[in-house]
Amino acid sequence: MLDALWLIPAAPLAGFILILLFGRRLGEPAAGYLAATMVAVSFAVTVGVFFDLLGNDEHHREHVLTLFSWVPVGDLQIDMALLADPLSITMALFITGIGSLIHLFAIGYMHGDPKFSKFFLYLNLFVFSMLMLVLGENLLVTFLGWEGVGACSYFLISFWHTRPSAATAGKKAFVTNRIGDWGVMLAMFLGFTTVGSVSYGALNHAAEEGGIATSTATGIALLLFVGAVGKSAQLPLYLWLPDAMEGPTPVSALIHAATMVTAGVFLMTRMNPMLAAAADWAPEIIAWTGAITALFAASIAVAQNDIKKVLAYSTVSQLGYMFLAVGSGAYVAAIFHMVTHAFFKALMFLGSGSVIHGMHEEQDMRRMGALRVMMPVTAGTFIIGWLAIAGVPPFAGFWSKDEILLFTLASSPVLYVIGLITAILTAYYMTRQVLMVFFGEARWESHAEDHGAHGEFRPHESPPVMLAPLVVLAGLSIVGGVIQLPSFGIIPKGWRHKLEDWLHPVVEPGEAVIKGTSAYDAKVWLAVLAIVCALSGIALAVAVYGRRRLRAIEPQLLADGWRYDAGVSAFMGGPGRRAFDALARFDARVVDGAVNGVATLVASTSGRVRRLQTGNVRSYAGIVGAGVVLVLIWFVIVRGVL
Amino acid sequence: MVAATGSALAFPLLSMLVFIPAVGALAVTLMPRRRPEYAKLTAAVASVATGALTVWATQAFDTADDGFQFVSRHPWIEAWGISWHLGVDGISLFLVLLTGLLFPLAILGIDPHNDDPARDKPYFAWLLLLEAGVMGSFISLDLFLFFVFFEIVLVPMYFLIGGWGYEGRVYAATKFFLYTMVGSAFMLVSILATVFIARNNGLGYVTFDLVELANEAEFAASTGRWLFFGFAVAFAVKVPVFPLHTWLPDAHTQAPTAGSVVLAGVMLKLGTYGMLRFGLYLFPEAAYWSRYLWLTLATIGIIYGAIAATMQKDLKRLVAYSSVAHLGFIVLGTFAFTTQAITGSVIQMVNHGVSTGALFLMVGMIYERRHTRQIAELNGIQKVAPIFAAAFMVVMLSSIGVPGLNGFVGEFLVLIGSFATARWWVVIAATGVILAALYLLWAYQRVFHGEPDEENATFRELRWGEAMVILPFLAAIFFAGLYPKPMLDRIEPAVDALVERVAEHTDFEIPTPTIAGEDDR
Repeated sequence: MLDALWLIPAAPLAGFILILLFGRRLGEPAAGYLAATMVAVSFAVTVGVFFDLLGNDEHHREHVLTLFSWVPVGDLQIDMALLADPLSITMALFITGIGSLIHLFAIGYMHGDPKFSKFFLYLNLFVFSMLMLVLGENLLVTFLGWEGVGACSYFLISFWHTRPSAATAGKKAFVTNRIGDWGVMLAMFLGFTTVGSVSYGALNHAAEEGGIATSTATGIALLLFVGAVGKSAQLPLYLWLPDAMEGPTPVSALIHAATMVTAGVFLMTRMNPMLAAAADWAPEIIAWTGAITALFAASIAVAQNDIKKVLAYSTVSQLGYMFLAVGSGAYVAAIFHMVTHAFFKALMFLGSGSVIHGMHEEQDMRRMGALRVMMPVTAGTFIIGWLAIAGVPPFAGFWSKDEILLFTLASSPVLYVIGLITAILTAYYMTRQVLMVFFGEARWESHAEDHGAHGEFRPHESPPVMLAPLVVLAGLSIVGGVIQLPSFGIIPKGWRHKLEDWLHPVVEPGEAVIKGTSAYDAKVWLAVLAIVCALSGIALAVAVYGRRRLRAIEPQLLADGWRYDAGVSAFMGGPGRRAFDALARFDARVVDGAVNGVATLVASTSGRVRRLQTGNVRSYAGIVGAGVVLVLIWFVIVRGVL
Repeated sequence: MVAATGSALAFPLLSMLVFIPAVGALAVTLMPRRRPEYAKLTAAVASVATGALTVWATQAFDTADDGFQFVSRHPWIEAWGISWHLGVDGISLFLVLLTGLLFPLAILGIDPHNDDPARDKPYFAWLLLLEAGVMGSFISLDLFLFFVFFEIVLVPMYFLIGGWGYEGRVYAATKFFLYTMVGSAFMLVSILATVFIARNNGLGYVTFDLVELANEAEFAASTGRWLFFGFAVAFAVKVPVFPLHTWLPDAHTQAPTAGSVVLAGVMLKLGTYGMLRFGLYLFPEAAYWSRYLWLTLATIGIIYGAIAATMQKDLKRLVAYSSVAHLGFIVLGTFAFTTQAITGSVIQMVNHGVSTGALFLMVGMIYERRHTRQIAELNGIQKVAPIFAAAFMVVMLSSIGVPGLNGFVGEFLVLIGSFATARWWVVIAATGVILAALYLLWAYQRVFHGEPDEENATFRELRWGEAMVILPFLAAIFFAGLYPKPMLDRIEPAVDALVERVAEHTDFEIPTPTIAGEDDR
């Protein structure tokens, strides 16, 4: 199956091309099923490749497939090449697996949209780009995918482009991401200038051999991190992600929760030897950025009323956890959390999509409530997602979050406390969401009146094509933890650390690093503490939103996201724009003014000779032209050059 | 060193590239006034024939040869050592090809909207003369010959802007003409000085031959710098390099669509090409000595052009300012002196021609439909003309420099190649990619997104005829972005030779990575 590696990205690319050519003829729902099938094919091939690699011993789990020479100039030889190794195949597995589920869901969700086939056109192009990103053998192929997913994200956020807010959000996402791309590009330049290659193998090998100066390695690692901050929506560049919710909900699930936003975490993991060769403060910066983002975004999620905005800020927060893990050296935990998060966050985004669909495009949670009666499947699966993200055992999120917290404590107690507070907040705001949407009293009458439905309005459960993906993802959110169970006494030896063993050739084994620390010795008690925190967060939310024992604390400051977005917008629209305008005026008045000034000066001082010269450029030009023609004629006829 | 020999062809290929359009122009001019419809036909035949020859030349080009190929050399004014000396190498090959392909598209695909059919005659005659001039400039290996062609180019462009342009055409044409003429005056003085100083310094006789001058003449450092300066001013105006750029937005905005396409597509490259061919090649010491000045001006141009583009209210002016930014990358790469950077510059010249040419073409189509270029008067076009919008989107993304499309390859090579020799300039210049996304996406949003108002609701979808003109651009955008190897293979040998020449004449050391990359993975 390894030889069929190219099929993994080729299948969705073929889907894109087919829909591009025949999309209108295929129409609904054929275009959707075609797109979903292509991603499913890709998934099947990935599974095949996975078992092939698994069959090899751990030092032979790497396969490079060179397609063609892409940018060869002198020392710079960049191939269009794919790399199959445990990391890229892990990514490809959940991208194509969750991707095909989301494609399926979208067939139901996008029902009746006049641009139905175009939606799947973009969606397939996105999956192709995302697969190039993770399968790339070098930084440039990854960058091709990196920018490709950025472009697709732009298309899909502004999919309903007649809405100004959607158009603005798409542009904001692209431009903000480009700030990160600047970092990735410079990292490539620095890497090439130092090592003479941009391939992961060469760069990481040089870093492992100690051939790269600490300052250079620090530079490369942090520049890549700038890219990761943009793509994975961390402070200070996270601004685009909440706005990206303007896109159709399947897009939010696929791109802005499960796959694209994890690209930054992937990149840092891919380049982990470089980070290891960097100065000690480089990983610290990453850990702190992640921790602060996690806490910051969680605090905002507490006061959001838009069902998708809660999930968006939650995603930012969970991505922060992943960077906290990366900065603490816990790459396996980061990938583990990436996978479980993909399960439960995709589940909840699709669940929110099902709710929005059933509520006839309503997104305000204050107008929901009691939906568990009308939408039992959606409610049931969403509740599983909630328990998973809140960190309740034995759901998937508990295991991955616990592992991150364990490593964090081993590196810094302060970061651990931040992580723990975030965990409490996460349990709190997710409980709040579940209660507001699915429990309590029905508050959707006001919505019904808005829509002129006069009492007829009843939320309805979604069709099976949308519910099936929810059920599968719910199953994964329950059992997802088994891929990386900790070494607790009660867990059989053969069941532990599956993911770590699988990823071993790519990342250093995590467990060994912290073995012997006091955090490691107390790991069972840490898990108990994490459970207590999760339950207390849930209990608090139930007291506030369920039993109404406590007043809700939802300060406007948090609802406004600490006014950070507004502040940046005000700066860009105010002083930023004025500065740009000033430059444009400078160009017109000063630079061009000088040119015109010289011309005027010449014209006025040449009054005397004016009689000789007509001052008419037209006649000058005519004379020059005639002269040239004469020269040419002379040259052809007299000299006979031909 | 760079040899003046090449495959001895019986067929004077390069001479034909100049003569076919020139004769075509003459034929159109001499055509009877009563049959104006033949003017376009003649122009089409001449430009298509020229284009076919350039394709053939590209295909027959020997990738192993770093010297000039298809050389044609005949004495002209022997007393002054002036000869009809033409040749093409990797640096000029794709500019010749671009010229050869762009003109037939402009002639066949863009309607000049002449109310009076009799005006077709001069229009097509000027276009053909322009092609002859541009072609000649790219393949001349004689300073005098180059100067003649370089000046010829001005004349048809002046008349095209002045005769077929928009409301401010007279001002724009005059400014274009005078500005460039002033630059050329510096170059003329430099050319004459070069020739006579060279006679007294190592050469012993008068010749305008570029290759002989480059190989034989020995200039003192200070002399070389003055001579280089004269050339550089002319080229800097043509590129244009900040702060000599203000003729460009006016000329671009006021020129008819075909004029803008040609201006952006190939004419600006006369400056960047000239910088390589007559600047670096003839005066390596002076070019290297003055590199910081150029790197700085180029970087300013990238940022300044992008910021100015962001605030433009006229779509065509916006594209014009984006050219200032894009050309900045070319100048940056040129004065970084590494193989990757200069190869990137050359490929960026071609790619900018394709992307910006296509942008001007599509802005022209918008103007034809709406009779306005004001961004504020356009909106919601994607809703009524999705295919048009999609084509514009691809062209725009190529201009932004999204990998997989052509624009990225040049920018990337320029930046990665310049990083070793001009690190901090690259750090700043690379922010240009952020600004490029900003100004183009913002413009796109205002023009294409949203609900169309009454005037834009009837915006016509792309027609088949228009699609046929756009398709070659789109094909080039994808091909050059995904498989640039055939281009790079042809460009690199000549660039290597140029880089080595600079290294030989200066204390410049060709940078090599501190750690050799492992190739045996």
